[in-house]
Amino acid sequence: MGLQAIFFYIFAFVAIASAFMVISAKNPVHSVLFLILVFFNAAGLFLLTGAEFLAMILLVVYIGAVAVLFLFVVMMLDIDFAELRSGVLQYAPIGILVGLIVAAELIVVIGGSVLTPQAAQSITMPIPNPAQRTNTAALGDVLYTNYVYFFQIAGMILLVAMIGAIVLTLRHRQHIKRQDISRQVARTPATAVEVVKVKSGQGL
Amino acid sequence: MDSFFSTYAWPAIVMIAQSLLLLVCLLIFIAYILLADRKIWAAVQLRRGPNVVGPFGLFQSFADLLKFVFKEPIIPAGANKGVFLLAPLVSVTLALATWAVIPFNPNWVIANINVGLLYVFAISSLEVYGIIMSGWASNSKYAFLGALRSAAQMVSYEVSIGFVIVTVLLCVGSLNLTDIVNAQHTGLGTMMGLPSSFLDWHFIPLFPMFVVFFISGLAETNRPPFDLPEAESELVAGYMVEYSSAPYMMLMLGEYAAILLICSLTSILFLGGWLPPVDFWLINWVPGIIWFILKVGLIFFGYAMVKAFVPRYRYDQLMRLGWKVFLPLSLAMVVITAFVLKLTGWA
Repeated sequence: MGLQAIFFYIFAFVAIASAFMVISAKNPVHSVLFLILVFFNAAGLFLLTGAEFLAMILLVVYIGAVAVLFLFVVMMLDIDFAELRSGVLQYAPIGILVGLIVAAELIVVIGGSVLTPQAAQSITMPIPNPAQRTNTAALGDVLYTNYVYFFQIAGMILLVAMIGAIVLTLRHRQHIKRQDISRQVARTPATAVEVVKVKSGQGL
Repeated sequence: MDSFFSTYAWPAIVMIAQSLLLLVCLLIFIAYILLADRKIWAAVQLRRGPNVVGPFGLFQSFADLLKFVFKEPIIPAGANKGVFLLAPLVSVTLALATWAVIPFNPNWVIANINVGLLYVFAISSLEVYGIIMSGWASNSKYAFLGALRSAAQMVSYEVSIGFVIVTVLLCVGSLNLTDIVNAQHTGLGTMMGLPSSFLDWHFIPLFPMFVVFFISGLAETNRPPFDLPEAESELVAGYMVEYSSAPYMMLMLGEYAAILLICSLTSILFLGGWLPPVDFWLINWVPGIIWFILKVGLIFFGYAMVKAFVPRYRYDQLMRLGWKVFLPLSLAMVVITAFVLKLTGWA
């Protein structure tokens, strides 16, 4: 218990501190870097609870891909941040409201599990014993065996969204030269090169 | 107090000692891999390569190390100082952190975790941060362009690496790297009634994936012919332009540690890790670590040769290769492998 608690507090403290830095950092790139630190610590917290697969997926997907794109966009933005920062207080009420809602929901969830611990047994997909079934396999059971059609539907929705984004942004220009690799590869000396015998002193 | 020592302190000491040992061996190995890279490159071009420091230039890397350490680190005036210095640290730390789960021999692994392969994949997908951060913090056009190229390139090739890993996973049924190597005890060769040999390794049934992984590995680690982030003819040195002395050395070290990691991952996934190539008493007597190092060296030799004789890709060709060739190919192979395994009942 002792060591786990120490690590929990380290991860939790760093996560909260860097989450605070995300909103208070002057430079938006620093904000994104702190956000990445938050993700990293969240992955650490997942590991502590034994959800190793989720921890790694958090690293791969959120830090390895999503946050890279975030950073990409933020680095290329050219905004006057002093101006952006001036109106920050007028959003404070909304921020406080959202914060209160999240806190209330957390209290309901945690309070519920403390008051009625037997409720955990009534869930449809109980967590299998990690000693018998690794959580990679357990998640695979749920996603690819029990709910495979929902998984497929989610995949289709993502595919449609992706195609939509491409259709909206694709601008296929005609009348420009394009490289056709297969045509290039198919060329032979017979079709591509003309060998000419040049007599010296005469030229072509 | 006694239980505290036996439960926490002693395992911690053992783990730190193991990590230090691995780190020292790894750094020495990297020093010689660097030298080998330069020597092979030189040999292909009929040059001698580094041959002054020590016999055959064997101490060249250490001389370079001293030079890097004793020179003055220069931080550009317009640079974002904190991020500028953090970037090499991030790069080298992540590249070395991945080695914690690499098994060199049966049970020779610091952390034998269930999701080892995913951990390697996750950490190597984070290595892009060292490059993006250094490129942005340098506050220079060249460095920034290099960083942008690198980010797009690494994210693109990670996709196909991910699918290659999935095909291996389908064959093995475990994310644990030790299990993956052990699964290669049996395979095509044993199916034909032969004793356990190199015919069982994954590179034969999954040959297209082996090739895709090798090339994607080149792109993922910014090796030539995919070294566009540091293409010297266009970007001088890309994201490393503004770096000097020890920070530069750390970027370099991170890069080579990542290359070596991809090499050892290739050997674990496709070439049977520490398994001997044929079942023969003399060959079985050679310790597994030797086989592992030999395989890593062989793959690195391939990397060095590619560096020496393949001209650099153009950026659009690089993207085309990643998204239009490797992605469909590896996706198709995932489907084919799954079908074959399901229909034949091999997995």
